[in-house]
Amino acid sequence: MRYLPLSDNDRAAMMAQIGIDGIDELFTDIPADKRIKAIESLPLRKTELEVERLLTRMAAKNSAAGDQPFFVGAGAYKHHVPATVDHLIQRSEFLTSYTPYQPEITQGTLQSLFEFQTQVAQLTGMDVANASMYDGSTGTAEAVLMAHRVTRKKKAVISGGLHPQYREVIEGISAQLPGASTVSLPADPYGTEDILAQIDDDTSCVVVQSPSFYGQLIDLKPIAEKAHAHKALLIAVFTEVVSLGLIESPGAQGADIVVGEGQSIGNALNFGGPYVGLFATRQKYLRNMPGRVCGETVDAEGKRGFVLTLSTREQHIRRDKATSNICTNSGLCALAFSIHMTLLGGLGLKKLARINHHNAIKLADALSAIDGVEVLNSAFFNEFTIKVPADANDVIEALAVNGVLGGVPVSRLLPDTPELTNLITVAATETNTQEDIDAYVAALKEVLA
Amino acid sequence: MSMNTQGRPSAPSGTVQIEKPATFTGNRALDMEEPLLFELGHWNICGVDLDEPEEFTPRLGGHERQSDIALPAFTEPEAMRHYVRLSRMNYAIDAGLYPLGSCTMKHNPRLNEKLSRLAGFADLHPLQPVSTASGAYELIDMLSEWLMQLTGTSAVAMSPKAGAHGEQCGMMAIKQALKARGEQRSIVLVPESAHGTNPATAALIGYKVVAVPARDDGTVDPQAVADKLKEHEGEVAALMLTNPNTCGLFEPQVVEIANLIHEAGAYFYCDGANFNAIVGKARPGDLGIDAMHINIHKTFSTPHGGGGPGSGPVVLSERLAPFAPLPFIRRTEKDLELVENASQLAEGEQPFGRMTAFHGQMGMFVRALAYMLSHGADGLQQASEDAVLNANYIRVGLQDLMSLPFGKKPCMHEVLFDDTFLKDTGVTTLDFAKAMIDEGYHPMTMYFPLVVHGAMLIEPTESESRASLDLFVATLRDLVMSAKQGNTSRFEGAPFHAPRRRLDETAAARKPVLKWTAPSPTEVEPR
Repeated sequence: MRYLPLSDNDRAAMMAQIGIDGIDELFTDIPADKRIKAIESLPLRKTELEVERLLTRMAAKNSAAGDQPFFVGAGAYKHHVPATVDHLIQRSEFLTSYTPYQPEITQGTLQSLFEFQTQVAQLTGMDVANASMYDGSTGTAEAVLMAHRVTRKKKAVISGGLHPQYREVIEGISAQLPGASTVSLPADPYGTEDILAQIDDDTSCVVVQSPSFYGQLIDLKPIAEKAHAHKALLIAVFTEVVSLGLIESPGAQGADIVVGEGQSIGNALNFGGPYVGLFATRQKYLRNMPGRVCGETVDAEGKRGFVLTLSTREQHIRRDKATSNICTNSGLCALAFSIHMTLLGGLGLKKLARINHHNAIKLADALSAIDGVEVLNSAFFNEFTIKVPADANDVIEALAVNGVLGGVPVSRLLPDTPELTNLITVAATETNTQEDIDAYVAALKEVLA
Repeated sequence: MSMNTQGRPSAPSGTVQIEKPATFTGNRALDMEEPLLFELGHWNICGVDLDEPEEFTPRLGGHERQSDIALPAFTEPEAMRHYVRLSRMNYAIDAGLYPLGSCTMKHNPRLNEKLSRLAGFADLHPLQPVSTASGAYELIDMLSEWLMQLTGTSAVAMSPKAGAHGEQCGMMAIKQALKARGEQRSIVLVPESAHGTNPATAALIGYKVVAVPARDDGTVDPQAVADKLKEHEGEVAALMLTNPNTCGLFEPQVVEIANLIHEAGAYFYCDGANFNAIVGKARPGDLGIDAMHINIHKTFSTPHGGGGPGSGPVVLSERLAPFAPLPFIRRTEKDLELVENASQLAEGEQPFGRMTAFHGQMGMFVRALAYMLSHGADGLQQASEDAVLNANYIRVGLQDLMSLPFGKKPCMHEVLFDDTFLKDTGVTTLDFAKAMIDEGYHPMTMYFPLVVHGAMLIEPTESESRASLDLFVATLRDLVMSAKQGNTSRFEGAPFHAPRRRLDETAAARKPVLKWTAPSPTEVEPR
């Protein structure tokens, strides 16, 4: 077997040294009637060529995003990632290293995490950021738990513009906690909900996504003010980090925790994972923040170096008193994010964001010119919601048959809500060309005809 | 002018200078320093060639960013050099033995990397029409089948993002199952030797943690479990047990423990971090477990990436199968169906909710399946046998010099030593570990598990050759002899040859500096 260096001779010699006659003597603690000889229901080993053939065939059954005009967003976005990024994260020293528990020989990982944290803090307009969460959705749920710890209150008010699956993750963990509750507002495609009316003295946090799941940009300032008046925290969520290149940072709008999905920078679509959760907050809440953090220090010779720090918040020290149970996070995806961000710089991100926004405007104008198609959002970044004169699921399936992946039917995530049946969220990025937009328009016209 | 007959000297000449002179740069040949990107980068460039956007009227509704994004950039060659230099300050499996106990640092096959990057997997959106991603659902289903076959279980929740997330998933399924029975229980039993994530997870979802003491031989005493169950009768929701446990031992009475738990109406959660020891040798389902997460990034070789991403699917017994979270794939006679919201549920399906957006760590699934198919059932069993053989080879190579807390008996895939052998040497477990760094090894897991003093937990994995193990054993023997002979200069202040000496972790925690800040506005290049 190509991955196993021991030969049969090695094995025999090693067993002799250990003083056993057969390997099974090392497994005698397993009750005899529970030991198995082999798993006969599974196939035997395969060559590299065979495995490659098999999985390549499976991959070929899928329609890759790049194979056709592609406008699917709703929490994951197709962007161009420079080839440098994927090359660098595949360097053995990054790829095959563990969590940096021994800082003397993991300064590469640690320094890159320190740089990542600085980038995330700067982008979100916050004081401090952690070394990443699993993804945006689990990060958002952790933000709610953190708010409960900070405020010692347990009611989360959740905007109807939050990604429905993010909301489900929060509701799932809240349901486990004695005394915790969630107030989830109904779906809010236009961004007109009155969330201020829901905030009261029992409120621990308000969770608002901007751009919303429907693409609408939300003014966070009045929400932050009302939340703070009731000693509640504003948790600002984003699923498209590129938007931060063009819209006001949540920190500047008064958010207390900023959390979101970082996939767009540096990471492929990967059918939903692995992604990278970005998590930032105010200095004063630092010790309630979940997750790993990297900090600067010096070594015995006075040289600058970096270590994992504030571990007294964490599970391996605090056990059942920890701020979170998170251990492994999303290190390599954070590195990919950081490298791509380093190639872009602040200027590049802004430019990239402008291209995204412009393409979305072109697409919105082209689609809304079709009879019966309405763009719902007044202000948006690179994603918006359209209303079509037919069941959105049928329209998306028909578009796919016509070679266009046209977006996500809202009812796929929010079924059984009649007023959402005809809605589709549509995203445009720098990867879309004018030909893509023309193809979408032509296909949609045909499907609706 | 005649030609110079004295060319370049081709052999060292003169006396060899023992003291190495300081260098101007602070670099030492291949050992190079690297400033922060904020100290090197340019504030007024972009290292990606992007089209100039045409003039247009934004539709941002007054939400435009008012401030600059103060982040510097590198051109491509500068970025390459920055990250390559950083990478060279890292230890990695590809560079040497990485014997971190409970972390299973095995070889990461590159075939898996290649396949995970096929456009049909990597360039695939989680919410594109189901009809356009049938190969992805097929892959997830096939991996599920392998996981169920290897563990002898009935269902698997694929979406958890890492081990601790898997624990959370399993424990939430247990809570849901109790709720479905109309019961509310408040206590989770956790042995003292457990990973920190176990009690943290139980507490996270609202349980009170009650510790079960370890026996003198490092295993869990069924009587101690029975006592706790009796003391908290009707209140215990589950036991969370790691098996093989963190002392590197298989719990010999695991079946009795499972029976006790089930008789008390509770569930048996198994931490699967150490599954690499028993793949193809025993099936956890046969041992009575109800839920177990599998660290795909340990047992099934997906790279650790300096701290993730991981992947933590949870296998479930028949009793817990109905409570698996959304989304899941339902097999019908002719097809696979994605079930991703409550409106699609069939009778009996009672998911507790959702762990994460989308379907889980697909990129890791591709790698894990490639690993499994490559090994086959026979290769997986061989890998576990080799992992256990390697650990025992280290054990017998060191047991006369180092101290085994539970006697000279076989271990599973990792061997646990305590610090008794360092008594009166003045050398601590930490010193010993740091001296290993100078010898070119990543240290073992230290001071864990908490049940023995100065723990050193060594897990070589099946990826090491006999020659590699021999050198490792010889190196550790040499270190032990130095310590015992009072030659402690190798230990005090070690490491001496790493990119950094010991770092001041206390200072880092006392006054945390978690990001770069400009020294003063004038020192920053104008933007």
